[in-house]
Amino acid sequence: MRQPQTAPRFPTARRTRCALRGGVILGATALALTACGSGFDDGPAAGDDAGDFTSGADPLTVLIGSSGDSETAAVEDAVAAWSEESGLEASVQIANDLTQQLSQGFASGDPADLFYLSTDAIAGYAANGSLQPYGDHLENRDDFYPSLVENFTVEDQFHCAPKDFSTLALIINDTLWSDAGLTDDDVPATWEELAGVAEQLTTEDQVGLTFSPEYQRLGVFMAQAGGALVEDGAAVADSAENVEALEYVQEQLDAGSFAFSSDIGAGWGGEAFGTEDAAMVIEGNWITGALANDFPDLDYTVAELPGGPAGPGTLQFTNCWGMAADSPNQEAALDLVEHLTSTEQQLEFSERFGPMPSVESAAAQWSEENPELTAFLDGAEYAQFPPHQAGAADVIADLNSQLEDLDSADAESLLDSVQANLEPITE
Amino acid sequence: MSTVTRAGVGRGEAAAGWLFTLPVIIILGLFLLVPVVMALWVSFSDWTGRGSPFSADVGLVGAENYEAVTTGGGLAERDFGLAMRNNAWYAVLVIPLQTALSLFLAVLVNRAVLRGRGFFRTAFYFPSVTSSVAITVLWLFLFSSSGAVNRILSWIGVAGPNWFNDPTGVVHAALRGIGVDRGPEVLTENSFLSVSWWEWLAGPSFAMSAFILMAIFTTSGTFMLLFLAGLQNLGQDVDEAAVMDGAGIWQRFWHVTLPQLKPVLFTVLTLGLIGCWQVFDQIYTGTQGGPGKTTLTPAYLSYQSAFISQEWGQGAAIAFILFLIIVAMTLLQRWILRDRPISGRRRMLPADQDSLSAQPKGGRG
Repeated sequence: MRQPQTAPRFPTARRTRCALRGGVILGATALALTACGSGFDDGPAAGDDAGDFTSGADPLTVLIGSSGDSETAAVEDAVAAWSEESGLEASVQIANDLTQQLSQGFASGDPADLFYLSTDAIAGYAANGSLQPYGDHLENRDDFYPSLVENFTVEDQFHCAPKDFSTLALIINDTLWSDAGLTDDDVPATWEELAGVAEQLTTEDQVGLTFSPEYQRLGVFMAQAGGALVEDGAAVADSAENVEALEYVQEQLDAGSFAFSSDIGAGWGGEAFGTEDAAMVIEGNWITGALANDFPDLDYTVAELPGGPAGPGTLQFTNCWGMAADSPNQEAALDLVEHLTSTEQQLEFSERFGPMPSVESAAAQWSEENPELTAFLDGAEYAQFPPHQAGAADVIADLNSQLEDLDSADAESLLDSVQANLEPITE
Repeated sequence: MSTVTRAGVGRGEAAAGWLFTLPVIIILGLFLLVPVVMALWVSFSDWTGRGSPFSADVGLVGAENYEAVTTGGGLAERDFGLAMRNNAWYAVLVIPLQTALSLFLAVLVNRAVLRGRGFFRTAFYFPSVTSSVAITVLWLFLFSSSGAVNRILSWIGVAGPNWFNDPTGVVHAALRGIGVDRGPEVLTENSFLSVSWWEWLAGPSFAMSAFILMAIFTTSGTFMLLFLAGLQNLGQDVDEAAVMDGAGIWQRFWHVTLPQLKPVLFTVLTLGLIGCWQVFDQIYTGTQGGPGKTTLTPAYLSYQSAFISQEWGQGAAIAFILFLIIVAMTLLQRWILRDRPISGRRRMLPADQDSLSAQPKGGRG
């Protein structure tokens, strides 16, 4: 039902994929445990010295969790182009359930060579030695945004190349905006202004602003108040700034000018926005593709999120190209990653399925090609990342389950429980 | 037959016997026994999910994984507690309701005079043969906030809840209806598995209630079939004898039919119990444990801890705790449904005396 924790994909696509899968738990566990296709050998140990890459003539497998046909086709084309150039066979596999399939691959000792890897999974896989860190060997290493590199750095090792990234912005329905008598000058820059326009936009049929009830959206208010969940490796969830942020949201929820997308019958913010049940939504880059598919006639504007007491703030999401420690052909895989993260290739990916290139050298051309979306890229300057420590995903899942009840919850005790859960994993 | 030939034939038969059972032994061993043993080992180990769990780097950690989910005091324990709470409510509501409904349906379609019996039998059985994934998706639509169920409720003036997004427990909702918002301190301050007693008593959330209705809807057809088979095995004579004794329909059902159905009832309750504690597909397809973790079940939590959170030992530990719960519940239920010799003899007493007195003395030697 809900969007994946941090992976910024189209939730609708995710739901369909989920619908295709089912299973019995013991069966699934048993399969994972017995899926040791290549015997019970442990494979080559992950070299601590990232210098020794394996090489050979083995074909490469790339495992991706695709948001839809356009992403699948774009990645397949790019890999095929590399394959032709290098003369090495490479195939793309589409995962129904990426996390589960990755886990099965690592357990069997025969994982895909390259795969999408999310920030909340990297710490766990790095800890058990499933990943081959290769970041520092990339030719275009210094071209990646430093904040993205930081996300994929575990124990001082830059593990994998960020494949792209997205930020959250404020998406405004142009028609409803002008119907309410608002102009371009009224785009909110502060919390007060946001509350004001949201109230003005709220009618019997629609709410002013919507977002899904999860940290991956509400976190922007924490960032704007100057808070965060983890700062410099320490848990700071119970800060006064975070309390202020949640109380601000509570006030607006109470007033009825903000509403959770789930409370107005939508699976995610983009759906509520598309059906015009909400005039504004906080969403990321992926919303543009979803709106173009499902609601092509909707006119909208992408604006930067308003600043809070501590200035502007938003959240960033990214995935990287993970490389398996058990891959028999890591040198070729590294070459493929360089191809996939090259400036031209990333610009093409962006054009075909939406996310922003993870390299600075593509920024200028990207802004030029997407003048109406620059707010997303501007947000990158001050964006925060969700915590990526091992176990952080569970803490955030627990926080999200509490945020669903935010309207009746006590912000302070809610954040206290998050702090208690975060402390053991940040120590 | 001499001993020698018997042994010879026996040996040949034994070999042939093993040969014929070998495929099944291999299949069951490979796909059932070995995985179960591996999972048991994982639940006591610090295996991290890479390579073989039997490799040299995997160490034994004793009951650490079991402690983390039962007494650890952290998120793992609370999640397990919530999952137990949710599933307990699910089982408590689903098992009696599905058993009663399936028995009721079986009695209906068993009547000889019913027109279109075949049609009704097929119709009631139909949900059981439909894939649970398909039904879950259908349910998500039916119970969406503007779905068919809420539309129908609105005709009778009831504003339906936002089913799959409402984490409120139905008991809490009912209490809120009569003005009780907060539990007494004795309930809110004390907890079991890091879940306060007040939360234990919350009842199934609206989301879970929708799953409960779904389980009753989908399983009652299967169990109806079991009851129907049982009913058709019953001789008419006992029933007719009861009619002659002047028993009404209701009395015949409770005192004649139902006691004879006890073996079937045991099967149905056991299957229902096991099924209830293994809820997974619906959660995986539908809600992934949300809203507010109120549809989290131990089976789904086991999957989530292992595959998503990479806590393989804890995932396996939860699976085995679940196994123990199911075994314990089944034994308990067997004990409750056991034949009670004392009460039976008491009921039979007058008849016994009659038969004793009627017997000729000589016959007792």
